[in-house]
Amino acid sequence: MANEYVLETRGIRKVFPGVVALDGISLRFRPGSVHALMGENGAGKSTLMKILSGMYKPTEGIVLYKGVETEFNAPIESIRLGIAMIHQELSPVPHRSVMENVWLGREPLIKGTPFVDHRKMHDDTKRLLDDLELSIDPRIEMAKLTVAKMQMVEIAKAVSYNADVVIMDEPTSSLTKGEVEHLFRIIRRLREQGKAIIYISHKMDEIFAISDEVSVLRDGNYVGTYPAAELNTDKLIALMVGRELNEMFPKVECPITDVKLEVKNLSSPGAFQDVSFAVRKGEILGFAGLVGAGRTEVMETLFGIRHKSAGSVLIDDKPVDIRAPEDAIRHKMALLTEDRRLSGIFPMLDIKDNMIMAVIDRYRNRLGKFLNHAQIRNECGEYRHKIKIKTPSLEQKIMNLSGGNQQKVLVARWLMSEPEILILDEPTRGIDVGAKAEIHTLITNLAAKGKAIILVSSELPEILGMSDRIAVMREGRLTGIVERKDATQEVVMKYATMKP
Amino acid sequence: MNGKENIKQFFGKYGIYLVLVVMVIIMSFLSPVFLSQDNLLNVVRQVSVIGVISLGVTLVIISKGIDLSSGSTLALCAVMAASFGQAGDWAAKMYPSLPELPVIVPILVALGVGTLVGMVNGLLVAKTGIPAFIATLGTYVSVRGLALLYSDGRPVSTLTASYQFIGQGYVFGVPVPVILFFMLALITWVVLNHTKFGKNIYAIGGNIVAAEVSGVNVGRNLVKIYMYAGMLAGVAGLMLSARLNTGQPGMGVAYELDAIAATTIGGTSHSGGIGTIQGAVVGALILGVLNNGLNLLGVSAYWQQIIKGAIIVTAVVIDMRKNAKKK
Repeated sequence: MANEYVLETRGIRKVFPGVVALDGISLRFRPGSVHALMGENGAGKSTLMKILSGMYKPTEGIVLYKGVETEFNAPIESIRLGIAMIHQELSPVPHRSVMENVWLGREPLIKGTPFVDHRKMHDDTKRLLDDLELSIDPRIEMAKLTVAKMQMVEIAKAVSYNADVVIMDEPTSSLTKGEVEHLFRIIRRLREQGKAIIYISHKMDEIFAISDEVSVLRDGNYVGTYPAAELNTDKLIALMVGRELNEMFPKVECPITDVKLEVKNLSSPGAFQDVSFAVRKGEILGFAGLVGAGRTEVMETLFGIRHKSAGSVLIDDKPVDIRAPEDAIRHKMALLTEDRRLSGIFPMLDIKDNMIMAVIDRYRNRLGKFLNHAQIRNECGEYRHKIKIKTPSLEQKIMNLSGGNQQKVLVARWLMSEPEILILDEPTRGIDVGAKAEIHTLITNLAAKGKAIILVSSELPEILGMSDRIAVMREGRLTGIVERKDATQEVVMKYATMKP
Repeated sequence: MNGKENIKQFFGKYGIYLVLVVMVIIMSFLSPVFLSQDNLLNVVRQVSVIGVISLGVTLVIISKGIDLSSGSTLALCAVMAASFGQAGDWAAKMYPSLPELPVIVPILVALGVGTLVGMVNGLLVAKTGIPAFIATLGTYVSVRGLALLYSDGRPVSTLTASYQFIGQGYVFGVPVPVILFFMLALITWVVLNHTKFGKNIYAIGGNIVAAEVSGVNVGRNLVKIYMYAGMLAGVAGLMLSARLNTGQPGMGVAYELDAIAATTIGGTSHSGGIGTIQGAVVGALILGVLNNGLNLLGVSAYWQQIIKGAIIVTAVVIDMRKNAKKK
C-alpha cells in the first residue's frame, strides 16, 4: 500500500548559537496536495525548508521520505531523492543562458562523447517552457530577463527535476497578478500529477486561492494544521500572531511637538514608490511590514545610501538634499543599520574605535592630524556607563562582545554624533531579552529628550509597544498609518498582507 | 531595440577585436616592415608562450580565482624537462650517465610537473578555503625555489634537436610554438564551451551557491581547473626552454602577470562567470602587436611598460562600463 504521506517530519529541532529556531516540528505532507506553511517573519519556515532541502541539518528529530527515515547531507541528495526547491532568494548564474541554468549540474551529453549536447538541451528547455506556457528563448542570457521571468525559469527548473515534492518559498514575490495566475495553473497541474507542493507565502489571498491544507508556525513552534476551507483571514492571522502582548515595553508618554522630518512622495525604482510620512520631535514612528516590503530601502534612501527617483525630504520645514551619508550626518541624522555584522560593526577593531567612527573628526588634536586619545577614552567611557555596555575594557575587540552589547556600542556611536533624527532599523534583532529591554528604555528616553525617532522592526509586539504611530508597508508602498490607540496586531497584519 | 543600441551592443561584443584590427592598421601605416609575413609570424611566436599560459589563466579567472604561480611553474617545468632532454654528447650534462632520451620524456615531465603544481594550487583553494591569491602566491614563491634547488641555480643547456624543434621548428612555414598556441586555444575553447566541465567553470564563477545547490561538485572542479592551468604553464616552459635551447630557473619571471593582463584585456571578468578563450587569444595578440609595434617605432622600453600598464587598466574600465550599462 502506498504511503498516505510522501514527506513527514518528526520532532524537528534546530538550534543556532543562542537561538532555538525550530522546536519540535512535526508535519506531514500528502501527495497531490498543496500544503501552505504560514508564520510571521522569524517563525522558522525558511529554516524548516532548508532542512528539507539538505542545506541545514536538524539538531534533533527525523525526516521520513516515502515512509523511510532519511538524512539529507547536501542539496544534491534531496534533489536526487525527489525534493526540489525554489529558493526565496533567486539563484541564477547571471551571465549564462536560460537553458544552461535549467540543466546546471546535469547537462545532457552527446552519446559516447564528453561533449554537451546543446541541441538536446535547447529542445528540452524549449519543450519544458512551452509546456508551462512560458515564452522565453532558451538561449537568452539569464541576466537579460526581468526578475519575474527569472523566477518563472527557476520554477521551470524545479518542475524539470520531476520531483515528487516541490517546495516553493515565496515564489510570487516579484510576480504580477497575471503571472501569479499562471503559476497557480502550473501548481494545479503538478497537484493533479500527484506531487506534493509545499507553499510558503505571506499573501493571504494566495494561500486561500491555492492551498488544501495550512500549517502554522509561531516562534519556531508548531501551532497546528488546518484544512484551508475551515480558515479565514482573521482566524489565520490570530493563529500566526497568537501570543499575548507582553508588558516589557517601557513606553512613557512624553510631549510630542513640532514636525522634525517630513517625507513627501519618496520613490526609488524597484524598491518602493510614493512614500509620504512625517515624524515629530519626541515621537516614535514605527515601521511595520513583512520582509521585502521596502522599509529598509526607505531608510537607506533617507540616509543617502540609495538614490531617490522622486520625492522630497524636509527637515524643520526646510527642504534638504541628501546624496550621501555624510550629508545626512551633517543634518543631524543617524541610522542604525539593519544588519549589524554586514554594515555596522568593524569586528576586528576595539570598542572605542567602533564608537568614534562617525565623529572621528572631533578628536583631532591641535596639530590637526593626530587623535587625542585621552579625550576619546574619557568620552567613550562616559557612554559605556550611560548605556551599560558590559565589557572588561574599552580596548576589547567588538567581536568578543555579545550581540546585545555590540548593538549598544553602535547605539553609542550614533548618540555621540548628537543626532536629532534617529532611524533604528531592527535595533533588537538577534539579541537577548535583557539587552532588548535596555535598548527599549534607551529609545524611550531619547524620545523624551525631544529626538524624532523612526523604529523599523519586524517584531509586531515591539512595534506596538514602542510606537506612537505605526506606518505599515506592503510591497514597496505605504498602506496605512495607524495611531497607537487603534493599533492591534490584527490591524497591522491586515495592512501588511492584504491588497489595499 | 534601435540602431544606436545595436551599435553599442556590437562594440560591447566585438570591441576588443576592433581594437586589434585598428592597431594593426595603424602600425602598418607607421612601419613598412610591420605587415610583412615574417614580422607577423614573429609577433605571434613572441606571444605564444604568454598566450598558452593565458588560456589556463582564463579558466581560473572565470571561476573567480587567480593563478600567480604560472611563471614559477614554467621555470620549474623548463629546468626539469631540460634535464631529461640534454643532447647526448654535451659534456656538462646534469645527469652525465643518462643516455639521450626521446623527446616524449621531457614533454611528459613538463606536463606532469605542471599538472602537479596546479593540483597543489587547486587543493589549497578547494580544501582549505584560503583565497586563490594567497594559495598561488605561496606556490609562486616556493616553486621558484624548487626550480633553483633542482638546477642548483644553473642553466640546463644544450638540448636535443627534437626538443629544440618544439621552440624553433617550422611546419609548412609556420613556427611550431604558433601552431601549439592555436591548437591549445582550440582545445581549451572546446573544453570551455562544449563540456560539462566548462559549464561548471562558468557556474562556479557566476554563482557558487547556485552551482552547489544544483549539484555541481565545486571542490573537484576547482582542482581540475588549477591542474589544467598548471599543465599549460608546463607546456609554456617546454616551449620557452626549447626556443632558447636552455632551461633556466630564473625564466618566466612576471609571465603570470602578462598572462593575467592578456586574459583581462580579452574581456574576462575578475568578478567571475564571464570570459572567453577567443578574448584571451586576442588579448595576447594585442599585447604582442603593442610590443612589436613600439619596438619597430623605436619607443624606449621604459615607455613601453608605462603604455602597457595604461592599456590594461583602460581595457578593464571600458569593460566594466559595458557591464554596468546592462543593468
